[in-house]
Amino acid sequence: MLTAVLAIFVLAALAPTVHRMTPSFSHWLLALVPAAITVWFATFLGPVGAGEVVTQSIPWIPTLGVELAFRLDGLSLLFALLITGIGTFIVIYSGGYLHGHEHQGRFYLFIIAFMGAMLGLVLADDIITLFVFWELTSITSFLLIGFNHEDASSRRSAVQALLVTAFGGLALLAGLVLLGIAAGSFTLSGIEASGIDIRAHALYLPILVLILLGAFTKSAQVPFHFWLPNAMDAPTPVSAYLHSATMVKAGVYLLARMNPTLGATEVWTITLAAFGTVTALWGGLMALRSTDLKKVLAYTTLMALGTLVMLVGLGTEYAMKAYAVFLLAHSLYKGALFMGAGSVDHGTGTRDVRELSGLWQKMKITGVFIALAALSMAGLPPFFGFIGKEFMYEGMLQAGTLGLLVVAGMVIANATMLGAAGLVFWKPFTGQPSEAAEHAHEGGPSLWLGPAVLASLGLALGLGAIPHEGLGEGLLGAVATSLKGEAAKVDLYLWHGLTPALGISVVTIALGLGMFLGLGGVKRGLDGLARASRVNVDAAWDHVLAGLNAVAVAVTRATQTGKLRDYMVWTFTGITLMLGGTLLLRDGILLPREMPETSYLGIFMAALMVVGTIGTILAFSRLAAIVSLSVVGLSIAMFFLVYGAPDVGITQLMVETLTVIIIVLVLAKLPAFRKGEDGTGGERARNGAIAVAMGAVTTAILLAVIAVPYELDLTRYFAEQSYVGGYGRNVVNVILVDFRAFDTLGEVTVVAVAGLGVLALLKARMGRTRTGSQAGGDQP
Amino acid sequence: MSAWLVVSPILVPLATAALCALAWGRVPLQRIISLAGSVTLFVCGALLLAHVGANGITAAQMSDWPAPFGITLVADHLAAVMVLIAAVMAVAVAIYAFGDIAPERERFGFHPVFQTLMVGVCGSFITGDLFNLYVWFEVMLISSFMLLALGGTREQIDGAIKYAALNLIATASFLMAVALLYGLTGTLNMADLALRLREVEQTGVVTTVAVLFIIAFGMKAAVFPLFFWLPASYHTPAIPVQAIFAGLLTKVGVYALLRTFTLIFVGDTAWTHGLMLWIAGLTMLAGVLGSLAVTDLRRAFSWQVVAHIGYMIMGLALYTPLAIAGAVFYLVHDIVVKTNLFLGAGLARRLTGHDDLRSMGGLFKATPLLAVVMFVPLASLAGFPPLSGFWSKLVLLQASLEKEAYVIAAVSLIVGLLTMWLVGRIWAELFWKAHPVADPQGTAAIAPGTRFALVAPLVLLSAMTVAIGLFAEPVMQVAAAAATELMDPAPYIEAVLGKGEPPPTAVVGLEPAEVRP
Repeated sequence: MLTAVLAIFVLAALAPTVHRMTPSFSHWLLALVPAAITVWFATFLGPVGAGEVVTQSIPWIPTLGVELAFRLDGLSLLFALLITGIGTFIVIYSGGYLHGHEHQGRFYLFIIAFMGAMLGLVLADDIITLFVFWELTSITSFLLIGFNHEDASSRRSAVQALLVTAFGGLALLAGLVLLGIAAGSFTLSGIEASGIDIRAHALYLPILVLILLGAFTKSAQVPFHFWLPNAMDAPTPVSAYLHSATMVKAGVYLLARMNPTLGATEVWTITLAAFGTVTALWGGLMALRSTDLKKVLAYTTLMALGTLVMLVGLGTEYAMKAYAVFLLAHSLYKGALFMGAGSVDHGTGTRDVRELSGLWQKMKITGVFIALAALSMAGLPPFFGFIGKEFMYEGMLQAGTLGLLVVAGMVIANATMLGAAGLVFWKPFTGQPSEAAEHAHEGGPSLWLGPAVLASLGLALGLGAIPHEGLGEGLLGAVATSLKGEAAKVDLYLWHGLTPALGISVVTIALGLGMFLGLGGVKRGLDGLARASRVNVDAAWDHVLAGLNAVAVAVTRATQTGKLRDYMVWTFTGITLMLGGTLLLRDGILLPREMPETSYLGIFMAALMVVGTIGTILAFSRLAAIVSLSVVGLSIAMFFLVYGAPDVGITQLMVETLTVIIIVLVLAKLPAFRKGEDGTGGERARNGAIAVAMGAVTTAILLAVIAVPYELDLTRYFAEQSYVGGYGRNVVNVILVDFRAFDTLGEVTVVAVAGLGVLALLKARMGRTRTGSQAGGDQP
Repeated sequence: MSAWLVVSPILVPLATAALCALAWGRVPLQRIISLAGSVTLFVCGALLLAHVGANGITAAQMSDWPAPFGITLVADHLAAVMVLIAAVMAVAVAIYAFGDIAPERERFGFHPVFQTLMVGVCGSFITGDLFNLYVWFEVMLISSFMLLALGGTREQIDGAIKYAALNLIATASFLMAVALLYGLTGTLNMADLALRLREVEQTGVVTTVAVLFIIAFGMKAAVFPLFFWLPASYHTPAIPVQAIFAGLLTKVGVYALLRTFTLIFVGDTAWTHGLMLWIAGLTMLAGVLGSLAVTDLRRAFSWQVVAHIGYMIMGLALYTPLAIAGAVFYLVHDIVVKTNLFLGAGLARRLTGHDDLRSMGGLFKATPLLAVVMFVPLASLAGFPPLSGFWSKLVLLQASLEKEAYVIAAVSLIVGLLTMWLVGRIWAELFWKAHPVADPQGTAAIAPGTRFALVAPLVLLSAMTVAIGLFAEPVMQVAAAAATELMDPAPYIEAVLGKGEPPPTAVVGLEPAEVRP
């Protein structure tokens, strides 16, 4: 299985080159690989249908316990076949649809990479690996939605889809990790086998909510649905593949996967049934209202996704079976319809149903297959879609009171499918040819091959041309088994006697016909509904982003003002608070038991420092300030001299003198203090308070440190060794050039670089013509 | 011999700097020396990591004075991997500089000072002495200040002054903290400090001094609320300088925090590491908001430097073997990605003629190559799997959830989402959007030699990001080994002082299998 996934990624990487070398039939070449993989997966139909589960595991990051673990059971096999099978036709279709597009090679790269990611997702057993592929589908989807990249609306839709699914993705990641921690295993099979009942775990609810957020955003459940219709900005093969047949089903897949672990609780059933039904209903109704063929189909996809979520939630035996049947039915007809709609667009240059009628004469082949797929979507016998719908109703009827509520919603939702089917086939293809239909033309075989196969399969499966034994009891049964966590069989039938489900089907069809015939009225009613909905969510999206942006700008403007003084205020406030808080709350305040001995001279010099400091603050000119400051420096030097470190004192004296001379030289070039340069009165008071607080905190720390007995090991060692081992009588010298010579090496480097720096600053002046911003230029 | 290997990360760039300075006035020769020195540093880093992997923590006593009396250099997994990755950045940036650095800057000492910067960076990684660390910080500061101001445009000087003023506060805090610690313990050797500090009864004072170290190193690392110098200055100097700053400088602060708050200050983790957890969350938020507030590409990346420091601090603050391993992995990942992003931004500016996203665009069409090599670091920045950024975030997420630190887990995810937004926006604006004025030229329009110098480092670093993502195991192993060493300092102390005393705070060792239950 790893080989299959890797082969597709390698194919993706090679695709642009293959396309460059053989531009006219690259799509046929590229389709060979997924076709071969489809066949390979098909060979598993027998064993997996018989209940076998194929596993494979290769260590990936053993330190983290992440494995490339794969598992092929009914659910993953069905998905794998859909992904590679439909993928094959999509690649072929893309060749015809995008023929001659300048970025066709890149398109193949993205869409084939997506195929690999999607395949990995449904095969993964390790939940981290699953998540890796999950996010890869989001990224490839982003790149594909934005494929028409110079179009601003495509870019917006791409970012929107990315963010909505990434939001869910991050929630999902947190949920999966929590699940792994709770279950003590990071593989799906390990979690199922662990015997730990996650439903009874304290973390069940957080895990559930987080995973549902991931699944609902990916599968576009209300209220996260808005990104999906917008994603139709992507080229049609993308819509057909990602946003209908495969990627959006990832959420539905995940829910099915999680059903044995998390399902069958009250909160699970009610949440999924409610969100699913509302989404199905909403999608169905909005489909009727749309005029763009692709949007119609996008909304019917919402309907299907909602239905699948609802079915997982109900969890009854027939609901599980219906999930399997409907999943397959939907992928077949929706893939065909999207590709067909793309061909119509390709042939006429428009997708607006208002401009399309009478296409039948010009596009017979496309018309036939659209008709077949649309009938399956409408849920009419003998198409496979009909069987799916029957099972669906059976499943709901099994679910008691909740089921009845759901039935009410689903009858309307299913009825709208009939209306939508009319919208995508009846309106464009019958009647008088419209202006757009006049010069319509049929596409080549690459454009109709996919719809042909998929739509025919929908009919053939319904009619039973493909043995139901193998499919129903085999694959679909295995899917239901995966969902339930115990063995199940699906006995497919077209006629099952006069059951309540059949009665509901009849009602549905009648209602659907009524809706299509009275479409004008229905639409007007829906328009009102619509104004209160998607449009708003979609518009609210912009407001949310703009709001976030405004917050970001406001916060950043308020802090990163571009003024050094403000930064100093923030920095010192932060330092004072952190240190002061620690002192107070962690018992840091400590006074020496006996104050160190003081002399009048010491007190005098300390007083001198205070005077110097105050003088610096109050100075009316730069020169006065620097002179006051030098008083402080000299007092410190005197301190050293008096208290037994004359060499340090002398050094300090020289440095101090030199500094003052240099600063005075520089000052001569600077303008005098401007009035108000040091802030308003309030600011000065604030700064003064911060300074005093900072000083107080520093003093408190110093006193506390002095209170702790002093260790003299190093001093003693240096004194003993300096002559014996270092051959020097001056201990300080030996420390500098021997004991800690390495520090001196570093300091010499500092001085050397400083020298270079002065030279460079004085000499290397870049052209000042570059438009540098003014001082304070770092403010946003 | 092993002592020479341990000291090589300092000696090699120092010798390179000296040789470059001797070749003053001969720029082509300086270029060759600088690149050769960087490559040699890389070789030494690789050898050092291999040596540590084979022989464990290796200490070297300078001037052969026994610890704690002389200065000790120590190479463990963390130090060795940091040297190695820093050396890779030095090579990448040295090559890029061939194509980008302005001749005025080269003439006035870009190459030697670039190498002294590496001296400071590598010295900080390798030293086992707190005051010696201060010295290397100073070397780093003066070199970075010089590189920042080199060229002397008005914008640069403005940034450099803010950089210098605020960093001097950090330096002063650091010096004061070292002095106070010396007052408490009478020693500067970090291993010795670890032992002696446990005997100090007045734990409140120790905690206060520890917080002063959080401030000093935190300011270097640009954490909330001490980061102002970074967004004020990082976008102003030459592109190679920006790239090496963004890649390495703040990470030295993170490294110092990692070192001191696993080895020395572990007496009151509830307070110190608790404080850092707050700092981590606020740093992430402030950084990501800042990056969303600006439209200048390099400024957005500067703010992202801040944001991602938060994640590393988060790993340290959680203080579990898994979290520390996550922080180390994050360091390696982030150094590569940030350097790459700034180099890419430089190339994007060259092609589109602007730094502001509103005036840029059209690169998807014009230069698919740049699109690919920029896509990798951008996606990794946003944490998309299977790139390096994903694994680092995953490990931290798991560590925080295991520790039931749900708030920081949520913050890290929200910041991740906002970063994705930023990345989506940058991608849409820079690559997808048509250029507002005229179609930009592709890389093909640049002269071949220059083109190679500009593109090769991007390709190299992007390939590294992909490799660290797809084959994360070796890096993760090193990170786990580093975390084991950090969480159990006894072997480190023994390697330095030659005597092993079991630390009173018993720390559970990290078996590779235990990283994830």
